[in-house]
Amino acid sequence: MTTTHPTDAVGDGTAAVGYPVLEVARDQVLDRGEGLDEGQVLAVLRLPDDALPELLEVAHEVRMRWCGPEVEVEGIVSLKTGGCPEDCHFCSQSGLFSSPVRSAWLDIPSLVQAAVQTAATGATEFCIVAAVRGPDERLMAQMREGVAAIRAAVDINVAASLGMLTQEQVDELADMGVHRYNHNLETSRSYFPNVVTTHTWEERWSTLEMVRDAGLEVCCGGIVGMGETLEQRAEFAAQLAELAPHEVPLNFLNPRPGTPFGDEPVLPATDALRTIAAFRLALPRTILRYAGGREITLGDLGTRDGLLGGINAVIVGNYLTTLGRPATDDLALLAELSMPVKALNATL
Amino acid sequence: MTEDYCARCGEPRDAGEHLACDAALVLEPPRYCVRCRRRMVVQVVPTGWTARCSEHGELRGGDVVDPLGR
Ligand code: SF4
Ligand SMILES: [Zn+2]
Ligand SMILES: [Zn+2]
Repeated sequence: MTTTHPTDAVGDGTAAVGYPVLEVARDQVLDRGEGLDEGQVLAVLRLPDDALPELLEVAHEVRMRWCGPEVEVEGIVSLKTGGCPEDCHFCSQSGLFSSPVRSAWLDIPSLVQAAVQTAATGATEFCIVAAVRGPDERLMAQMREGVAAIRAAVDINVAASLGMLTQEQVDELADMGVHRYNHNLETSRSYFPNVVTTHTWEERWSTLEMVRDAGLEVCCGGIVGMGETLEQRAEFAAQLAELAPHEVPLNFLNPRPGTPFGDEPVLPATDALRTIAAFRLALPRTILRYAGGREITLGDLGTRDGLLGGINAVIVGNYLTTLGRPATDDLALLAELSMPVKALNATL
Repeated sequence: MTEDYCARCGEPRDAGEHLACDAALVLEPPRYCVRCRRRMVVQVVPTGWTARCSEHGELRGGDVVDPLGR
């Protein structure tokens, strides 16, 4: 059994205070490489703020032991923005809310230019994203042309995030040379109906299975701070561990004007850091990426704490509809922390 | 250039406070044209952004380089 109460590890009432779940984490995750289960993750999420430095330290050790010091750097771009028929309550690109985001398509030369500029930052991953339920023929045609043009122009791994796929579309993306596919479960299965009503968690899961079975790398994460309970956050970590994705992008809700979650409070930095560490302890070998919302949730100082608390990948520069801190700031921070940027075609 | 409208919320500049909007615009591109309140067509890329009003033209931020030189 795990509790969140500190115990007197020394026994004479003097110095060291330890938290049982962190001792379990050292033994089970750090030494043996076995992720924490749902109940253990919940115990981590319930740790008091006093335990945070020790928690981050264990999560960082786990990341260094099972992933190494490299950090994977990625840029993302929106090929088709806005006007989505789905109702994900956090999303400014849904056409169902009164969000100020207008529909737009990026043309192929601009897409290629974005890939070239992303590669120039040192990034090895470039993810093409579209605000759709799933691709139609027009989008697949744009992808065919766009991915071929990027591959002809610059050396960078191309990933995609185009919503729910058919088997045919999975195969076609693999043929184009898309090496990784992002499809977020967003939140736990039990909380999902509070976030999305136009499709189900199970529909997302089945796309993920098709992607994995086709041999593409699976990228699947979500957003924390959408009103889910700590139990549901732990449930989500366990569900991701069951999926065992290659990469988990971790977003913190950035409440967008006009969306149903537009008035949700921003997650406190301490909760965000506890979540990062807890997810690392549930997923010791996964690429755990900082995605959207870190600027407003964590700020500069917290960004650093997360990189020393389990994170081993970043999205640099801007997001899809909002801006990030300059890529140069992140790269300078990585250099300062002696965390080398992962090279192209290296394996974490 | 006169700023009659808030680039984030689209409300008139002189109607109420826009301190939160102005703070948010550090990490968001403008959404409304400050001259006519039209919603702009915004494209965000990793290293920059463009925002176009059909009446008042295009704004740019970051290092966006237009490969077609438009
Ligand atoms: S499917 Fe994607 S683009 Fe559409 S509303 Fe949901 S998160 Fe937004
Ligand atoms: Zn305003
Ligand atoms: Zn205008």
